[in-house]
Amino acid sequence: MPPRIAIVGAAESDEIGHVPDKSALQHHSEAAYNALEDAGLAMSDVDGLFTAGYSTLLTAEYMGVQPRYTDSTSVGGSSFVIHVAHAMAAIQAGYCEVALVTHGQIGYSGRGLGGAPDPTQPSAQYEAPYGIMGAPISYALACSRYMHEYGEERTRQAMAEIAVSTRKWAQLNPKAFMRDPMTFDDYHASRWIAWPFHLLDCCLVTDAGGAVVVTTAERAASCRKKPVWVLGAAEGHDHSMVSQMPSFTSLIARETGPQALSRAGVAHGDLDLTMIYDSFTYTVLLSLESLGFCGPGEGPDFVAGQRTAPGGDFALNTNGGGLSYTHTGMYGMFLLVEAVRQLRGEAGDRQVRARGGDGHAKLALVNGTGGSLSSTGTAILAGD
Amino acid sequence: MSTAPTPPPPPKPLPRVQPESAFYWEKCRQRELWLRRCRDCQKAYFYPRDFCPRCFSRNTEWVRSSGRGTVYAFAIVHRAPSPAFRPEAPYVAAVVELEDGARMPTNLVDVEPDPAHVRCGMAVEVVFREASPEISLPVFRPAS
Repeated sequence: MPPRIAIVGAAESDEIGHVPDKSALQHHSEAAYNALEDAGLAMSDVDGLFTAGYSTLLTAEYMGVQPRYTDSTSVGGSSFVIHVAHAMAAIQAGYCEVALVTHGQIGYSGRGLGGAPDPTQPSAQYEAPYGIMGAPISYALACSRYMHEYGEERTRQAMAEIAVSTRKWAQLNPKAFMRDPMTFDDYHASRWIAWPFHLLDCCLVTDAGGAVVVTTAERAASCRKKPVWVLGAAEGHDHSMVSQMPSFTSLIARETGPQALSRAGVAHGDLDLTMIYDSFTYTVLLSLESLGFCGPGEGPDFVAGQRTAPGGDFALNTNGGGLSYTHTGMYGMFLLVEAVRQLRGEAGDRQVRARGGDGHAKLALVNGTGGSLSSTGTAILAGD
Repeated sequence: MSTAPTPPPPPKPLPRVQPESAFYWEKCRQRELWLRRCRDCQKAYFYPRDFCPRCFSRNTEWVRSSGRGTVYAFAIVHRAPSPAFRPEAPYVAAVVELEDGARMPTNLVDVEPDPAHVRCGMAVEVVFREASPEISLPVFRPAS
């Protein structure tokens, strides 16, 4: 039996939302500081460093760390969930003991920054000339296929259910960016971004950072708060550009979901909380199916009747998600932060109860999606 | 009273031809659509590269596509992804499944950018839009 691994610290940067006066590296560092504080550890304890979007060369220099294990795996917004799995493997193999995973991005304030894409990349040759650029258009393409296969009206209703229920959760989260009530009419009346996506199908674009600290059971025992155990994880990807996606109505989560659950030794019905990357409403619909919560095409029935809203019987994206809480560009870190809070019983007004009602939530599935529906990292986390 | 003229939009991004795609773009310039095909697994594929993405064989060749296919997926882009595409919006981004077997990203033309007029499965055929002396982009219109 490999040694047990825990998340012992989790936090956002000091301010999230529209933060025009801070760089992405500041968000990384604030989140790291806050997560280490949460854990009762110091930067001098950190010997493994993980991030995406940047190289750890840069984040390590900025924060003054000399790691003996590094991982800059960058496969989109799912990367940070994958980093937790990689940290688990590295710690179990003895390469490091205290792993710090950081994220920081100025999705809002950094708009317009960044250079032209590498012209030799396939996307620059074969998609960009057609105006197929950026997540909304790629995900909208995939969604149109789902509508074709499973029915436009029921798909539309499911997307509205997800947008509205996620906003209800955001109303319970003081850190959420969008907390005004949203009605179904608001959803349907919002402007088109790329049909079939309304504005309210699309995630926010914000500035924020997040970080988690991963370590051994032995170190966890002396940390400030109770550990959140990493019971199992899995990762994968099956394309980069959306036009190369093997099926537009199935994600590689079809592999990672069952693998992560099996490695954790738990089943769908055991879960108290599900945190699914919601770059778009469609991402949630497709993830629920691919992860095996329901069959292909059954997602609209699964989310019907505000089942995933506060008070419903399937607690989903309780921070208000990328749709209403925050979405920097690579949102996956915030899935982990919320799961940790829920599994410690620190989620305040939005605290989810354990199945059967005995105390706070004990078991969560976290599922990150990255790229153009390209990559998935799934992790099963458990409260102490 | 005068208003400042609106500055022209920046040019749309054009493919920069690479050695492995030079044949493809040259044939497009001649208004022909060519695909790579694997001689081992017998499947055509897009985008062009020397290695078959199904079986990693290097035993691959160029074949001319019929240019006919069906719409696999589409999006009607209202919010342009960059200033260069603002004059185009709304436009139809699409993935077409060629009858030769490969799927390729493209635009649909000669059709209203309205979901009432476009559907997955509709038959389309390739036409070429000259974007520069070197580059003609294969796009698709409803089949005649």
